[in-house]
Parts: sequence; C-alpha cells; structure tokens
Amino acid sequence: MTRPRTRVVGRPYAKVDGAAKVTGQTKFADDVMLPRMLHCKLLRSKLAHARIRSIDVSKALAAPGVIAIATGKDLPTPFGILPVSQDEHALCTDRVRFVGDPVAAVAAVDEDAAFDALDLIAVDYEPLPPIGTIDEGLAPAETAIHDYGDQANIHKLVAMEFGDTEQGFARADRVYEDLFFYEGSTHLPLEQHAAVADFGADGKLTLWSATQTPHYVHRALAKVLGMPAAKIRVIATPNGGGFGGKSDPFNHEIVVAHLSRVTGRPVKICLTREEVFYCHRGRHPTLMKVRTGVKSDGAITAMHFQTVLDGGGYGSYGVASTYYTGALQTVTYQVPTYRFDGARVFTNKPPCGPKRGHGTPQPRFALEVQLDKIACDLGIDPADIRRRHLHPPNTLTANFLRVGSIGLGACIDKVVAASGWKKRRGKLPAGRGLGLACSSYLCGAGLPIYWNTMPQSGVQLKLDRGGGVTVFCGSTDIGQGSDSILASIVAEVLGIDPFDIRIVTGDTDLTPVDLGSYSSRVTLMTGNAAIQAAERAKEMLVAAAAAKLEIPPECVGFAGGRVFDVASPEKGMSFPEAVVLAESRFGTLGTVGSYSPQPSAGRYRGAGVGPSPAYSYSAAVVEVEVDPETGILTIPKIWIAHDVGKCINPVLVMGQVEGSVYMGLGEAVMEEMAYRTDANANVVHKFPSMLEYKSPTTKEMPEVETYLVEDPDANGPFGAKEVGQGPLLPIPPAVANAVFDAVGVRVDEVPVTPEKVLRALKAKARGEPGRFGPARFPSVPYPAPIHVPTPAEGGDGKAADAAVTGAGGVR
Amino acid sequence: MATRRKNRASESTRALVRFVLNGEPAEAAFAPHKTLLEVLREDLGLTGTKHGCELGECGTCSVLVDGKPVLSCLVLGLECEGRRVESVEGMAGPAGLHPLQKAFADLGAAQCGYCTPGFLLTAKALLEENPKPTLPQIREALAGNICRCTGYIKIFEAVELAAAWMRGEDAAPRKEILYGYDFDESGLLPSHPGSVGAALAAAPSGLADAANAASRGGGGKPRPYEPGDVGAALVAAREPKR
Repeated sequence: MTRPRTRVVGRPYAKVDGAAKVTGQTKFADDVMLPRMLHCKLLRSKLAHARIRSIDVSKALAAPGVIAIATGKDLPTPFGILPVSQDEHALCTDRVRFVGDPVAAVAAVDEDAAFDALDLIAVDYEPLPPIGTIDEGLAPAETAIHDYGDQANIHKLVAMEFGDTEQGFARADRVYEDLFFYEGSTHLPLEQHAAVADFGADGKLTLWSATQTPHYVHRALAKVLGMPAAKIRVIATPNGGGFGGKSDPFNHEIVVAHLSRVTGRPVKICLTREEVFYCHRGRHPTLMKVRTGVKSDGAITAMHFQTVLDGGGYGSYGVASTYYTGALQTVTYQVPTYRFDGARVFTNKPPCGPKRGHGTPQPRFALEVQLDKIACDLGIDPADIRRRHLHPPNTLTANFLRVGSIGLGACIDKVVAASGWKKRRGKLPAGRGLGLACSSYLCGAGLPIYWNTMPQSGVQLKLDRGGGVTVFCGSTDIGQGSDSILASIVAEVLGIDPFDIRIVTGDTDLTPVDLGSYSSRVTLMTGNAAIQAAERAKEMLVAAAAAKLEIPPECVGFAGGRVFDVASPEKGMSFPEAVVLAESRFGTLGTVGSYSPQPSAGRYRGAGVGPSPAYSYSAAVVEVEVDPETGILTIPKIWIAHDVGKCINPVLVMGQVEGSVYMGLGEAVMEEMAYRTDANANVVHKFPSMLEYKSPTTKEMPEVETYLVEDPDANGPFGAKEVGQGPLLPIPPAVANAVFDAVGVRVDEVPVTPEKVLRALKAKARGEPGRFGPARFPSVPYPAPIHVPTPAEGGDGKAADAAVTGAGGVR
Repeated sequence: MATRRKNRASESTRALVRFVLNGEPAEAAFAPHKTLLEVLREDLGLTGTKHGCELGECGTCSVLVDGKPVLSCLVLGLECEGRRVESVEGMAGPAGLHPLQKAFADLGAAQCGYCTPGFLLTAKALLEENPKPTLPQIREALAGNICRCTGYIKIFEAVELAAAWMRGEDAAPRKEILYGYDFDESGLLPSHPGSVGAALAAAPSGLADAANAASRGGGGKPRPYEPGDVGAALVAAREPKR
C-alpha cells in the first residue's frame, strides 16, 4: 500500500485524556464513591486443592457492620471467558482449586468490618492432593482438578501438520532439536482490580469495573445473575494498566452485583495487591521442544514445534493460549512444512490466561534462540539468516495465515546499522555481547471469543450544530490511548481539530459493541469503523456544501476546520456552518461505522487462532554486560525497530514500543510467578507482593533507541498496524542471544537470571555443554495430527481428513 | 484499605487533625488508625492519590509532606498535625498546569495515568531541590515509583523538559522523543495552517480525491454495511489517486 499523506494522523498530539490524568481527575473504579456504599471482601481458600464440606457463616453474619454474606450456592451458574471452558463459579460451590480461590463474600459498612468478618466464616475442607507442576499435571491423577478436559488433568491437546514435515526433514542439510522453558509471569498493573455495583430502585444494575472487555462482562453478568442483558449496564472505567489481566469476567464483578441486588445498596470491592496475584490470568509457564530442519544457507525446510502449558486452576483463555503457542511461528521467516503439538494441563495454582503477547512470547523465544544457535553452527550471521529468508508480503503461510505487509527487512536493517552489529558482535571484550531477535504480532484476532456474525467493532458519530463531534465506541482505554486514536482518525477524515471531538467509550448502555482491548485489535478495528462512520457523515456534509457553493461534490475539501472549494479555497464555510446546512437538509445527523475482519483462509480445526487482518513486525538488538563471577547482567542499551504500518500518533506509538520493551525486559531477566510446596503439601505462591516479585525500576531500564518503520497495510486504518504487544516479543530472546555472545553460554530459559548464567558457566568450565535449560521433555499423549495440505501444495485450507474435523475450531 | 486487622476497641473516638493541604488550611476528623492515603481519599474526597499495594512497595501513593515525598499508605493521618501536605490536586494553579503536568501530558508520559500522581509529586520535590538534575539523578529520585506502562523513558524525558521550562528555557522535545530515529516525515501534510490555500498547495489532489471518494455511493445516502468488504472499501476511499 502506498503511504497515505495525512494532516492529523501522524502528528504527536497529547492524549485527549492527558489533562485529566495529570491532574488526578480521571475516575478509576476505586474512585467511584456512592452514597450508602457497602464494601465487599472475599474469603479465599488457603488450600490449593480441597472439597468444601460445609460453610458456616452464622457468626460472620452477626458481626458488627456486616449486612450480607454470599456463598457459592447463591450463584450456581458457571461462567468463563471461552464458551468451551465455562468452568468458573463466582464463589466456589464444591471445590477449591488454588490458594486464593474465592469461597465466600462479605458486604459490610466498611472495609475493616468486612475483613474482620472473613475470620468468622468457618469452612470445613476435605483436602485433596494438589497438582503443582506440569509433570504432575500430565500424570494420571486420583482426583482430577476438573470434571472436563481431554484426559485426566490435561485440559487440552492439539496436533496439526501442514504439508509433509517428514519429507521436509529429509530434504534438510541439518536438523536441530532444542528444549526451552519460559516461566510464568504476571501483569502487575499498578491499579488493583476494582468494581462497584449499583442495583438501582428501577431494577437496573450498573457495574463500574476496571475491565478491558465490558462486553464480555456484560454477557457473563446476564448469564450468572439470570437477568436480561438489557437491564444491565457495564461501564468500563479507565484501566490503571491491563496488559491482559483485566480481560476475563471476574468472580468479584459478579459477587458485588449479586450483593448489591440482595442489599439494595451499592457495593464496592477493591482487591488487595496479594489478591491481584491470585486473580492472575498471566503468562502460561511453557515447556517447549523444537525440531527444525535447515539447508546450509539457513533456509528452513521443516519445523516440528511441541509445547506444554501449565494452565493453573481454571480454563480462562487457556485453550486459545494453547493454540497461540503454535500459530505465529510461520509469519516471520519462510516455513514451508510445519507441525505443531500443544497441550495445556490444569494445576492447583492461580489460573493463567492472556498476558501481553498471549501465548506467542514463549514460542518466539524458542524460535529466535534456536535460530541463533543454527546461525552460529552454520557460520552465518544471525541477522543475515533471518534477512535472507523473510516471508514474502501478500502471501499465505503454510498454516493459512494471510501475511499482508511485512516491514521486517527494514526493521532488521535499522537495528543492525544502529547497533554496529556487523563490527561488534562476536568482537566485543569478554563479558560484553550483542544479541538479535525478531518477532511478529497480530492486529486483532480474526474471530470473536464467541461465535457470531456481527461486527467486532462499532462506532457511532453525532455531529453538533456548534461544530463539536461526539464519537461513541465500545472500546476501552487501558492507557494505550485508544480514545485518542479515535479522535485523530475522525479529525483527519472531517478536517477538524481532534480536541473538538468528545470521545465516549466503554459503556454498554451508550456505546455500540466493541469486543474490547485485547489481541491488539483496537486501533485497527475501531479505527476502520470510525473511518466508515466519519466518511458517511462527510457524504452528507459534501452534499450540503456542494449545493451551497454550487460546485460539483468532488471539488469539496475539508481541512483546518473549514469546508471549501478545492479549486479556490477562500470560497467556503466553517465546519459548523456545513453541519448546519447538512442538518437542515437531511434532518438530525448521526452515522454508524462497523468493522469485522475478512474470513480467514484456514478451514481446519484450530484455524480460528492465528489469523488477523495484518501483522506487525519488530527487530531488536540488546547489548549486555555479564559479570562472569556473579552471573549478574546489566543491559546498557537496546535498539528496537517496529513496523507499525502507519503511526496514528507517533508519540503514543513510541510510548507503546518503550513500554513493551520494558515489559519484555522484566520477563527476560527477573519476573517469575514462583510457587513452592509447603510442609503440608500445599502449593503456595512464594512471594505475592510487589516488593519481592521483581519488576524493573527506573534504575534497571536501559537506554532504548527506537526506530519506527512504516510499511502500511491495506487492511489497517491509514495503513496502521499494532504496537501494544509486538515490541515485547524480541526482547527475551535477544537478551539470551546477547548472553551467548558475551560469555559463550546458552540459557534456554526465561528469566535469564544470574544463577542460571553461573550454572552454565560452571558447566562449561567442567567441560560439559555450556548451557542451562530443561534437560528433558515429558511424554505427552498428543493425538495424531490432522493433516492440512499447504497453499503451496494447492491446499484449500481444509484438513485432508476433513471428515473428522469441524470448521472454525477454537475462537 | 489495609490488609491487617485493626483493634476495634475504640472505634467511636475520632481524631481531629488540622494541617495545611495544597496551600489551604484543612481539618479532618477520622478514626485514628487511618493512613494519610485513606484520609485523603475517603474523608477529604481527594481521590487523585492512588493506591497500588497498601504496603509501601510501589510508590503510587506518594504525596509531599513538608516538601518531602512520603508513602501516604505508611503515614498515619495523625502524623500530619500542623504539617504541609501536597497532593496532585494542588499542583495546577490559576495559571494552568504545573510544567511537570504539561510535560507529562505532552509527551504521553501518563499512559494509564495511575502511577502519574505519585511520579509528579516526587519529581516536583526533586526539581525544587535540584533544578538541573542529570539523568542518573532523575532515575535515583524516582526509583521508589514503579510504572508498568511507560518503561520510564517518557517520564525521564518529561522531567527533563519540565525542568528546562522551570529554569526559564524555551525548550521543546527533541524529534527523536516524538518520532523515534530516522523517521520519514514525507507522509505528513502541514497541520492546521492559518491559510487553507497554503495547505492545499502542498497536496491538492489528495484532498480532492478524498472529497470525491466520500461522495461515492451517491447523494448523501450512507452505504449499507458490507461485512468482510469493509476494509477494502475504506482503503480505496482513502487512497489518493496517482
């Protein structure tokens, strides 16, 4: 797509909500204060796995200030984000499945009274043996954690093959096999989850919640409360950080709604920081085995990728996460034949779900580190091995993902040049090294979470006679600036000032559905819907202005808040005057825009995960210094190039790149959700606090040199692609690759900690392989794969054994 | 808001505290065990100060007491008797936003905005003590404040920019801060100009074609929704013909 030339889009405007945020005026969920509001606290299980024999709330009910108490029997309808794993209850009914699983809720006049009452609730548990690890999850179990799943504690098993990988391996000059492990991590947003429910005297429920997905919360509330959705209003308050941690419908949201209904008063809950760790829904710890065949020039002939995910106690987005660990391996470099086996196990730990990158950082780490090993073995520069074999634009991958624009080559060139890669890699003094990695991320999942044929995103526009424009959209601003890009886009189309635009978002009563801020879908999908709504408004303005100016419609121009004759621009009117003319001619003005992605090319079971209207691309070079005595890493500098298609607002794009690099760095070197089994065989989180869960502070953040590459995609609004997740992905593998360049050892695990580096160095000193990483891959009962002929083989996207598959698969 | 249980024996007694809040005399009556964070948010209705952990581990609740940054979740309301307390609500003045607030807003250093009040006040205290801090000094001063959105870079740049403004310099953000390195600006038309004619001279054909495309579909009637085709139709409508 040729680069569009724009006037407002592409400028570094301040965010539309910037002034409110810097003055403390933004109302987050916990800032909502209502008269006679009650406070709710949840009683959470201290056992990782147990049956609930009985719950006695009588003493708690009699405690001072307690107004109401709820337990699982009050909310028996299960829910869950994915239709295929509706395995959660707002309060556990008969079983608890991790330390932190909620079993009762107290509504009291203040938080202290609610906390005190929790201690008076007596729960009689029958402990069950907890499952703490992937190996334990794979083993046959006396008591399975759930009554559903593919096998015992194995939640999901998938297996698929595209083309003939055996032939592909036979054609290879060399075949490499490696094991990798990527530890779990959590989102750690500064804002703790909070929600306020108000069951009004009119029988309508309003829920304010720090959610990224008000539409999915809306559906869950209607289901569990047994109320018509039309009587429920969900308002997504501005999120104080989400990163995927606020995109499930949650126990606490449903509980406060229920308690408000039974008490007739507003009820608020705000999770403590420790509870946020138990809420989790973060990165799945993933064990991976990768077998790759290459020609001697580095071209891949075949790849067999196997993953096992540690899912925690519930399904969450986990089935989708499982498919994601196998989906995007093919969109960066050419992979002509590809085989993927994936498995997710239940364990008695906080449930894992979507964290920035959603299931793709783990395989990307494995792929990029293995490619580094291959390049070194073949004597090829790691940048060149990638540069030479990029996936071509506007083609289908072996697994039927449609790659449109791909600016990865330019990204690699930028970071190679800027870092002095050619001159410095392999030649820095001992203890210093450079590592390179690339990645890609989708711009919105092609399919919605629940199957339907309606738009994924809708925008309504209202034009006021005074020249103001209001944009209504169901999207949620979680800090990424989604409200602001709507303003830039509508201002661009209508030729007005973005600050003349009011943005109303994330309210199920006021705004048309947008599925939510996840999957990096918002700029692309709401942006396209906004363009359509704005252009429909423009048609009416053009017709009215053309008639008034007595010029043909194609001569009407919009810029600088004016509507004019492009042949003689001084002949025209102000934008408000054009609105008045249009309203006089057409009646009250209001337009609508919608967007849904085109259907994907894949038709095999599981094809629903992976397709996207477009893919962003990133390349990063990381420089590290490793102290060989302690293994401690310092990272002085990172160079990153990101193909964003087109910047809607470049300073916001910069913020997303820098923030993604930061979060990738945190995972790469320090963040881990670590658990231990205590003396009572209970599986507990080692450190559910912000002090001990290590996240980078101002002192750990290196200098970052950012290059924004624009390879516009025909499917993006003004060519724009995503930026909120992609730039995270290359950082962990680039760090590991840099460590190898610095001290000659491989850490095939994330986080790359000093202990692991030291262990690898000591092994190397003993004459063993200089590597720290998983030693074995467990035996997983993957099923026989479905076979899908690739596009190159003339495949139509269906499995060859189509009789045993359904269409669509997991959404 | 605390995670520890309180002794409720004397909950009928309230403490009365008088202090200076954001430059004005204030008084509040509250249960004596309440923290300054709780007093500000719940008793004084100032919800600009946020909480991230209640345990003093994240810096989100930072306010200034007698000009020094403190973690308001670890300060008792009682300790403010006779002291000078500043919260984010007091930073802007009749002249408008504080330079730090303006810099944070201009550079997008407030993404979700939740950590922002804590950073702003801590940075304010830094600049009042050290009007020309180096980057290492800025990092050190802000090391007790955690941000999960920005990676801190825009925050550092905003503090440097505000410091320059506060020293009376006519400073503007470097291009690299706004656009990254090597940015290709050929896609940008001049922004809202005084003279529309000048703007058009830059790219008349683009505007005419945009106007033309907008009227495609005839006579002001909105096109029907076409699922799956929308993306292509929109792109065709936008692209200037060459």
